[in-house]
Amino acid sequence: MSGFPILTVMLAVPAFAAVACLFVNAQSARWLALAATFVDLALGILLWANFQTGDGAAQWQFVEHVRLFGIGGAEFAWALGIDGFALLLIVLSVFLMPICIGASWRSIEKRVPEYMAAFLATEVLMIGTFAAQDLMLFYVFFEGGLIPMFLIIGIWGGANRIYASYKFFLYTLLGSLLMLIAILYMILTTGTTSIPALMAHDFPPHVQTWLWLAFFASFAVKMPMWPVHTWLPDAHVQAPTAGSVILAGVLLKLGGYGFLRFSLPMFPEASAQFIWLVFALSAVAVIYTSLVALVQSDMKKLIAYSSVAHMAIVTFGLFAFNAQGVEGAMMVMLGHGVVSGALFLCVGVIYDRLHTREIDRYGGLAINMPRYAVLFLLFTMASVGLPGTSNFIGEFLSLAGLYQVSTLYALLGTTGIILGAAYMLYLYRRVAFGDLTKDDVKAMPDLDLREFVMLGALAAVTLWMGVYPESFMKPMRGDVQKLVARLERAAPAGDSAPTVGKPAPAAAEHGEHAAAPAAHAPKGAPAEASAHGEAH
Amino acid sequence: MSAIHFIVFLPLLAAVVAGLANKSFGSTFPKVITTGSLFIACALSWPIFLHFLTGNFGPDTMVYDANAIPGGGWVAPVFTWMLSGSMQVDWALRVDSLTAVMLVVVTSVSALVHLYSWGYMSEEPDQPRFFAYLSLFTFAMLMLVTANNLVQMFFGWEGVGLASYLLIGFWFRKPSANAAAIKAFVVNRVGDLGFMLGIFGTFLVFGTIDIPTILAAAPNMHGSTIGFLGHRFDTMTVLCLLLFVGAMGKSAQLGLHTWLPDAMEGPTPVSALIHAATMVTAGVFMVCRMSPMFEQSAVALGVVTFVGAATCFFAATVGTTQTDIKRVIAYSTCSQLGYMFFAAGVGAYGAAMFHLFTHAFFKALLFLGAGSVIHAMHHEQDMRFYGGLRKHIPVTFWTMLFGTLAITGVGIPGIFGNTAFGFAGFHSKDAIIEASYAAGQTSAFWVGVFVALLTSFYSWRLVFLTFYGKPRWAGSEHIQHAVHDHHGHGHDDHHDSEAEASDHAPTADEILHGHHPEGTAGYHPHESPWVMLVPLVLLTLGAIFAGFVFHGAFIEPSAGESYWRGAIAFNEHLMHAMHEVPVWVKLSATFAMLSGLAIAYGAYIVSPSFPAKFAEAFRPLYLFSLNKWYFDELYNFLFVRPAFAIGRLFWKKGDEATIDRFGPNGAAKVVQLGSFGAARLQSGYVYAYAFIMLIGLTAALTWVIAR
Repeated sequence: MSGFPILTVMLAVPAFAAVACLFVNAQSARWLALAATFVDLALGILLWANFQTGDGAAQWQFVEHVRLFGIGGAEFAWALGIDGFALLLIVLSVFLMPICIGASWRSIEKRVPEYMAAFLATEVLMIGTFAAQDLMLFYVFFEGGLIPMFLIIGIWGGANRIYASYKFFLYTLLGSLLMLIAILYMILTTGTTSIPALMAHDFPPHVQTWLWLAFFASFAVKMPMWPVHTWLPDAHVQAPTAGSVILAGVLLKLGGYGFLRFSLPMFPEASAQFIWLVFALSAVAVIYTSLVALVQSDMKKLIAYSSVAHMAIVTFGLFAFNAQGVEGAMMVMLGHGVVSGALFLCVGVIYDRLHTREIDRYGGLAINMPRYAVLFLLFTMASVGLPGTSNFIGEFLSLAGLYQVSTLYALLGTTGIILGAAYMLYLYRRVAFGDLTKDDVKAMPDLDLREFVMLGALAAVTLWMGVYPESFMKPMRGDVQKLVARLERAAPAGDSAPTVGKPAPAAAEHGEHAAAPAAHAPKGAPAEASAHGEAH
Repeated sequence: MSAIHFIVFLPLLAAVVAGLANKSFGSTFPKVITTGSLFIACALSWPIFLHFLTGNFGPDTMVYDANAIPGGGWVAPVFTWMLSGSMQVDWALRVDSLTAVMLVVVTSVSALVHLYSWGYMSEEPDQPRFFAYLSLFTFAMLMLVTANNLVQMFFGWEGVGLASYLLIGFWFRKPSANAAAIKAFVVNRVGDLGFMLGIFGTFLVFGTIDIPTILAAAPNMHGSTIGFLGHRFDTMTVLCLLLFVGAMGKSAQLGLHTWLPDAMEGPTPVSALIHAATMVTAGVFMVCRMSPMFEQSAVALGVVTFVGAATCFFAATVGTTQTDIKRVIAYSTCSQLGYMFFAAGVGAYGAAMFHLFTHAFFKALLFLGAGSVIHAMHHEQDMRFYGGLRKHIPVTFWTMLFGTLAITGVGIPGIFGNTAFGFAGFHSKDAIIEASYAAGQTSAFWVGVFVALLTSFYSWRLVFLTFYGKPRWAGSEHIQHAVHDHHGHGHDDHHDSEAEASDHAPTADEILHGHHPEGTAGYHPHESPWVMLVPLVLLTLGAIFAGFVFHGAFIEPSAGESYWRGAIAFNEHLMHAMHEVPVWVKLSATFAMLSGLAIAYGAYIVSPSFPAKFAEAFRPLYLFSLNKWYFDELYNFLFVRPAFAIGRLFWKKGDEATIDRFGPNGAAKVVQLGSFGAARLQSGYVYAYAFIMLIGLTAALTWVIAR
């Protein structure tokens, strides 16, 4: 792929299409947007297929660099390039976009050209965020991505859309400003805007602390982490279906990507210093938002709260500082992107028919919408983290990574699998099971071809990621190794610290308590003594 | 491809095809596909088992592309699943003597249950879905038993959980079935929490999740300690107990058992396959698979023994008072699983697997027999409305009688130098009781003996209430319904039929004082069709001979050693000691069995008014048992209601009244107040502006002058 500026093309295609959409009628805008997103999907697959992995593969591939202007020694450049993390998130974005366009095909009737333009603009900004190698360029894409989302919620949203988009804006504002200050400081002190260069730069620890906090303010909101999560349920509830899909599918990944790209590699010491904070907030999020999800009566709100709980598993994994944790976190991001997108689409399908999100208005859909019920069940099970589906891989690996750092937080994090099963199955039961008693629900037709294709594609990817995740884990393996190697100097010691054992006495009679003499304990004799106390 | 690939993946293929085809080609096609593939899988499984029985352990004749493993058996690779850092997880199918036992149990019972369902579910419109679920279950169970690593075992573990959820909730129109399905899944997840933490801990300690590697390293862990939740414990104790929590969930052990009785909401063939013969024994299988690990922790084994014995006792006491025929058998299953666990706990893994093996046959038989009774009685499940059925459904009666002889352990102990001979349960259960005595676990031994009495009592109670005495059918709403609606419109009422017995759970007073009118109400029960009777007869053969034929390989010291070949931590010394126990120990189980039979005979044949009087006299005790020790009520109070209440509290008081109020809404309020103030200043009166300008000027001048 030498020479061909594929990343720029991937940005240009939707950008031109977005402008073109504004000058055509509704139906043409739909087709134009669909075509543009499919072109980007094709380019994304090309990108994936040509991405080099294994030994000797460059960390940054498809690099493009055009100098724009310089101020005070710092150069601003049109610098693009991707590593494995960025590749996978770009692939996720371009995969979800045609589905979003498809989901809006009939349900959006007013201002269609503008709507399609807004979606294409979102795509440009998302790809740009993941592909940017220049810090200022990143910031522009990162913050710019919110603008079309404001518009999508604020113009095509539900009844309370103004409040939701305002809340969304307010939360993001503070974090963004702090991050901008930190970015300016970094550029001025290091004299470079290159992200790869900054990832190798060692800031003094006390500086790291402040920079980490400034970035954290932005990423924690985007994630979202408890307690700055309350914008998400409102935004989801008010957003149109496709808006929710892209919000849950990709925009929620910006926070995790930020941690992965900035906080961890640029500020390893500060990240280690704040592990307690991240873990504590994540643990609260898992339990708190899962319980809140249990009592929701609005489907979208329920899934939104479940997203907060899932994203907490991501932060758990990232701050475990080991390969399983980081890879697991990435897999949760990808899996959640597909599965929660699919769940919002499932809600959209029945919302289009009955125009309500109230769970209790439904019931018995397995009877008159069997195909819908099967796919919805698959995504419910994936959300619950059933092995064989995408989310299991991520959850399992990140929690396995977490266990190596803290057994307590691993225990708290793993309770998510119980609570998750409770609220998702309870939702599914109320929507799909039970008898079909309501006349308007009885009249709902099963999936049409368009809906079936969209959900079917998502289902296929969910199973693919669950059964053969290697396709997704291979591109990021090298990057994970590099990140873990960089973090190693700050990595926390785990609380398990198993001591070395010795072979059992040859003829240990069964039933006897053959405790080893304390003298043989390699280290930590007091701990050894207490262990025996506990054991008996 | 090799036999094992076909055994495992044929059911999956059948499930997918049947599920996708659904009703497109009628219901016969999916039934043929699923049942056919299960019979093929079964036919391929028995040779593997016999292969091991005859001492041929190499992969030579059986497979083409598999790797032989030490101790006998082989691993057939599929492909890599996960590769993360130093963690490598493969999809692979392991076959050794332990797997071989499970293969025949799973495929045989599953094939027979598929066949039986042709008759039992014949009125059901959704048959393709049912058969697809059954085959999906079988696939997941086979993945579980062929796992060569802990994560694939967890895959199967959760897969059977999913199938169980779907099948319990098969009649999804019924609220009670849905509730039971969710309960089963969520309670199992509590166990899975332990299992997952156990896997994490095992990976942390051994650096691998590969089972053979872990088991090989386990004996070197003596004296190792590990930190867990801020304290330090013996490493192997922590790991084993975490894994055991998983086993407790899946095998419905005391504390995590509450889902199993409710799971009877599912169709009866499901109860026979999943909730008796196979899935619920997964926990026992796991403990046996990991037995070299458990052998390293006396504490963990003590816990296993205690939990097993406690469950065994608890479930048997509850089983004595239940009136729903399926619930009696469900509690019986729970209790028998307890036996298996305490066998494992005392180190008699061979005996645990042996009981698992024989239990699969006789318990599947009892469940399918119960299904046949329910079928004959027009979906009435309450034994109080049965009676005198032995003349009407003779095949069902005789097969269930043999099943009862097997579960109660009827046989002649080998005390006079003769070879012991008896029905299946006699060999396996007596082995457990004797092994617990030989291992020096006298309290477990006495519990085992006492529960043998209870087992005999509730099993014979079931037989006497169902097949003996005078017909009491007239009181049953189902029967009245059937008689009045002579032409019986099949499936319409079928959906809510099985649940009704539990819906109108009888109060104690109803049971004590309500009288059940005798009489047939003009109803004529019919024997089930041949597709249902053939599985019953075949399982009866298992219930009669499985113990006698196979006891050598499972529990005899030398034959066992050469059969197991390290697949479980087979304790040859213990097995020797088991055969050397005093004569009174050998007789104790038989004596307990006879006492239980005698009590049941006295109470339900000789003097049928006695049970009511007894219950009246010991009312609190009776109610305690009838209400299942009040576990459901307790859990509702402790977990379910608080979870909802706390969720609501967090939502309303946390998110809305605190975070939003002081966060975005607070900020909005501040801005609003500020702009309100600013707006007030924009009055539009020129003199006001002039005045403010004057004040400003004065202030500025003052500042300039004063500084």
